[in-house]
Amino acid sequence: MNATVIGKPIKRREDERFLRGQGRYVDDLRFPGETHAYFLRSPHAHARIRSIDTSAALAAPGVLAVFTGEDLKADNVGSLPCGWLITDVNGEPMKEPPHPPLAQGKVRYVGDHVAVVIAESYLQAKDAAELIEVDYEELPAVTETARALAPDAPKVHDEFADNCCYVWEIGDKAATDTAFERAKHITRLELVNNRLIPNAIEPRAAIALYSPGEDRYTLYTTSQNPHVIRLLMCAFVLGLPEHKVRVVAPDVGGGFGSKIFHYAEEAVLTWASRKVGRPIRWTAERSEAFLSDAHGRDHVTTAELALDEQGQFLGMRVRTTANLGAYLSTFSTCVPTILYATLLAGQYKTPHIHCQVTGVFTHTAPVDAYRGAGRPEATYVVERLVEQAARELGLSPSEIRRRNFIPKEAFPYSTPVGLTYDTGDYEATLNRAEELADVAGFAQRRQEAAKRGKLRGLGYATYIEACGLAPSQIAGSLGARAGLYESGEVRLHPTGKVTVFTGSHSHGQGHETTFAQVVADRLGVPIEDVEIVHGDTDRVPFGMGTYGSRSIAVGGAALMKALDKIIDKSKKIAAHMLEAAEADIEFDNGVFRVVGTDRQVTIGEVAFAAYVPHNYPLEEIEPGLNETAFYDPSNFTYPAGSYICEVEIDPETGKVEIASFTAVDDFGNVINPMIVEGQVHGGLAQGIGQALLENCVYDPDSGQLVTGSYMDYTMPRADDLPSFQIDMHGTPCTHNPLGVKGCGAAGAIGAPAAVMNAVLDALRPLGVTHLDMPATPHRVWQAIQQAKQQQAA
Amino acid sequence: MKVSMTVNGRPVEAEVDPRTTLVEFLRKHLNLTGTHVGCDTGQCGACTVHLNDRAVKSCSVLVGQAQGAAVTTIEGIAEDGGLHPVQAAFREHHGLQCGFCTPGMVMMAIDLLRNDPAPSEATIRQQLQGNLCRCTGYHNIVKAIQAAAATMAATEPAPTQMKEQLA
Repeated sequence: MNATVIGKPIKRREDERFLRGQGRYVDDLRFPGETHAYFLRSPHAHARIRSIDTSAALAAPGVLAVFTGEDLKADNVGSLPCGWLITDVNGEPMKEPPHPPLAQGKVRYVGDHVAVVIAESYLQAKDAAELIEVDYEELPAVTETARALAPDAPKVHDEFADNCCYVWEIGDKAATDTAFERAKHITRLELVNNRLIPNAIEPRAAIALYSPGEDRYTLYTTSQNPHVIRLLMCAFVLGLPEHKVRVVAPDVGGGFGSKIFHYAEEAVLTWASRKVGRPIRWTAERSEAFLSDAHGRDHVTTAELALDEQGQFLGMRVRTTANLGAYLSTFSTCVPTILYATLLAGQYKTPHIHCQVTGVFTHTAPVDAYRGAGRPEATYVVERLVEQAARELGLSPSEIRRRNFIPKEAFPYSTPVGLTYDTGDYEATLNRAEELADVAGFAQRRQEAAKRGKLRGLGYATYIEACGLAPSQIAGSLGARAGLYESGEVRLHPTGKVTVFTGSHSHGQGHETTFAQVVADRLGVPIEDVEIVHGDTDRVPFGMGTYGSRSIAVGGAALMKALDKIIDKSKKIAAHMLEAAEADIEFDNGVFRVVGTDRQVTIGEVAFAAYVPHNYPLEEIEPGLNETAFYDPSNFTYPAGSYICEVEIDPETGKVEIASFTAVDDFGNVINPMIVEGQVHGGLAQGIGQALLENCVYDPDSGQLVTGSYMDYTMPRADDLPSFQIDMHGTPCTHNPLGVKGCGAAGAIGAPAAVMNAVLDALRPLGVTHLDMPATPHRVWQAIQQAKQQQAA
Repeated sequence: MKVSMTVNGRPVEAEVDPRTTLVEFLRKHLNLTGTHVGCDTGQCGACTVHLNDRAVKSCSVLVGQAQGAAVTTIEGIAEDGGLHPVQAAFREHHGLQCGFCTPGMVMMAIDLLRNDPAPSEATIRQQLQGNLCRCTGYHNIVKAIQAAAATMAATEPAPTQMKEQLA
C-alpha cells in the first residue's frame, strides 16, 4: 500500500462545500412548479376513525389535493414492509400487522399519519389541514414496555390475541441453567434501557416528482440507503417497476439509524406526485420528527450472571422485553434479537448464555435501529452485570474483566450465542485505557474531591460489536429478507481521472475522503484525481447503504474488489503495450513495469489505451476501463474497546459531571485516523447523552409524547461534555481486504455502561446500589435521599 | 409587506408575507440555502446568522424585524475566494461531519471570538450551548474555535491592541 495516503489524517474533501454553505441537502433543492405537503397526524395514541371529512380543506385557498388512507387503499397502495422475519419460539412467524402509509380505520400512536394535504404553499397546506374533520372514537392505550403484555393492556392490533409480536430465544437453556446451579455466586439486575429519539439535526425531508413523458418517478429523500428505499417502496408499497423510479439521497444531515427506514412520507409523496402532476416537497418540522422518526432502545431486562469463587463467569441468563412501537419499522424486529442477544458474550469466555426476548407492540412510534442498534443494549446489560459482580465479590472492575477476557491466543473464538470473533486483544486496550485514564491516581483524585464535598467515581466498560453487516447467507438464515453485500464501481476515464460509485452512503462519515484514500492508494493516483459518487440509484449500480458501521468494511471491500479487476485488466493492456508476458508485469504506485527492467507505462497511459485502442489486444479483452464488484462478507467484523469514565457528583444537587472520559478502541486497520476519532467522539456524546440526559417519555395515561421538543428532550450540549481522551490499538480484521472493522457506533455502545458504572461507584459509599438511565440530577438526588432514609431506618 | 436590507453586503428588496421569518426569507427568497433549519423552537442554532454584527437565530426573527439591517450569512464571510479563519479551522480540526449544524456553528463561533478573542475551553462550551451538533460530540468544534482564536490573534490586532495603537 502507498504509505502516504492510507492511515493519514487527510483533511476532508467534502468540508469546503459544507463550510461555505454550499451543501445540497434535500430541503435546499428547488423544482419548477413545486407544491407543498403537510401531513395531518393523529392527536390520539389510540382511536378508531369513524369518518374523515376533507371537503372544507379541499375548498381552502391554494389546496390542490387531500388524500387519506381510503384513497391509498382504493389505489391498491400496500403496506410499509418489515425487512426481517423473526421466528417465534413456538415455530410460528412473528405477528406482522399491516402498516398503511396513511391510517386505515384506526390510529395507533400520537403522530400516526392520517391525511396529507398538498397545496401551493406550506402554510396553505398546514392551514387547510386544520379544516379536516376527523371523527375519532378515543380508545385506551398502552405505551409502557413492561405493561404491554398485562392482561388488561389495550390491544394495539385487534387481529392478534395480545401485544406480543414474538418470543425469541438464543443459547442453550439447559446448559445455562445447570451452570447457575453450580454457581458460588449469582449477580442479578433489573435494568431499563431508556427509549431515545435519534435527532439528526437535519429533519427528514422528501421531494417527489413524476415525469409523464418518461413515465418515471424521482424521489429525493433524506436516506442512508436510497437503493433499499427504492426496492421496498416499489416492490411492497406502490407496486411500481423499479427501473421507473430513481431515488436520490444527496447531502444528508446525520442519520444515526433513523434515516435507514422506509417511511410513510416517502411512499405517499411519490404516489401523490403522479396524482397531482407536479413536484411535491415535504420537510419535517422538529416536532414532527420527535413524533414520527423511529425511536431507539426501550428495553426492560432481567439479567443474571453466575460466577465461581474466583470470579470466573459460568453462565448468563437474560430476559428482555423490547418495545417495537405500534408498527414494525424496516429493521425493527432484528434489533432486539439478532443484533442484541448475539453480543451478550461481550469480551468474555462465558461458556453458557441463554437469552429470551419478547417483542411487544405498544401505542408509541415505531422503534428501530439507533446508533449501535441492539449492541449498546447488550453491552449495557453485560457491563452493568460484570461491574456489579465485581463489587459483590470484592474484586476490582479491572481484575474481574481480566480473569474472564477471551485471551488473544484464543481467536478465532466461537461464542455460545452464535458469533465467531476473528481477532482481538482485549488486555491491550484495557491496559492502554487504564494508563491514559490514570487509574493509578484515582484514589487521590477521589480524596481531593471529597475535601470539596464532591463524590468521585470511576467506571469501566469493555465492549464488543458485531458490525460490517453482514454475510448474506447467515443474515438470510436468521430471517433477513434482503442481502447485505455492497457494490462498488470504479471508472477510469481516458485521461486517467477516476470516478468511483459506491453503494455506501455518507451522511457525515466522510466517505468522499476515506474511500478516495483507498482508491488513490490502490491505483497510485493523486487523491485529487478521484471522485466518489454515492446516493443516487441512477448513477450507482446498487447499494445496501450505510448503517451498522458497515461502510468501510463492506463498501470499502467492494471497492477493493473492483480495483483488483481494474488492475487485472490493466496488466493485460500494459503487457500488450510493453510487448511482455502478463506474468512479467508488476504494478506499484501507479506504474506497470516489466519485472527487472525500466520498461514501464503509467496507469493513466493504460487508461488512455483502453479508450483509444489503436494498439490493443482487442481479440483478448474489450476496450474501456470500468469495473463493478459486489462484496458479500464472510463474517461480521468485531470492533472492541475499553472505556473508562470518571465522574464527579454534587450530592447537594445530584448533578453528575463527566470529569474525564477515555476510550481505547480496536478498529483493525484505520484509513483516516482523524475521521475515525471524530466518529468516536460523536458516538461517545450520544452514549453519554443516553446515560445522563436523554429520555423519551410517553404519558402512560394519555399516551401523549411528553418529550416532544428540545425543551423537554435533553440533547447533549457543548457544556455537558468534556474533551475526550482517545487512542486505538488495532488487530486487523482477518477476512476483509482492508483489515478494517468499522467505527461508527463504538462510542454509543461503550459509553452508557462506563458512565453508569462510574456514577454508581461514586454513589456506593452513600448506599446507592442501583440507578437506571438517564442519571439526571433529579434521579441521582432522589437515590441519595432514599439511601439516606434507608440507612437512618 | 415590503422589506429591504443588506445581505452579505448586497442590497435586497422583496414583497413578503408578514409571517415570513428571516431564515425563510434567506432560504426561499434569496436562495441562500447555507443557513439551515433544524428545529422549530429556536433551540438548535443551525439557523444562526449575523444581524447587524450580532449572532441571532434567524428562525426566531421575523423578516420585518430585519428591515434596514445588515445581515451576514455563511455565504458571506469568506473573502477573496479563501476561507474565513474560523471556516479554515473547522476544516483543519475536523470540526464538522454531516455539515448541517456547521453554518450555524461557524457564525456563532465568529460572534464568540469577536466578543472574546481568547476564550477558555469552558467559555467556548458555555457559549455554544445554543447550537446543537449530533455528530462531533463538540470535541473538535471546541478545538477548531481555539485554533481559530490563535490564528486570528496572530494575524489581526486584537481590539485592545488596536485601542492602544490609536492612543
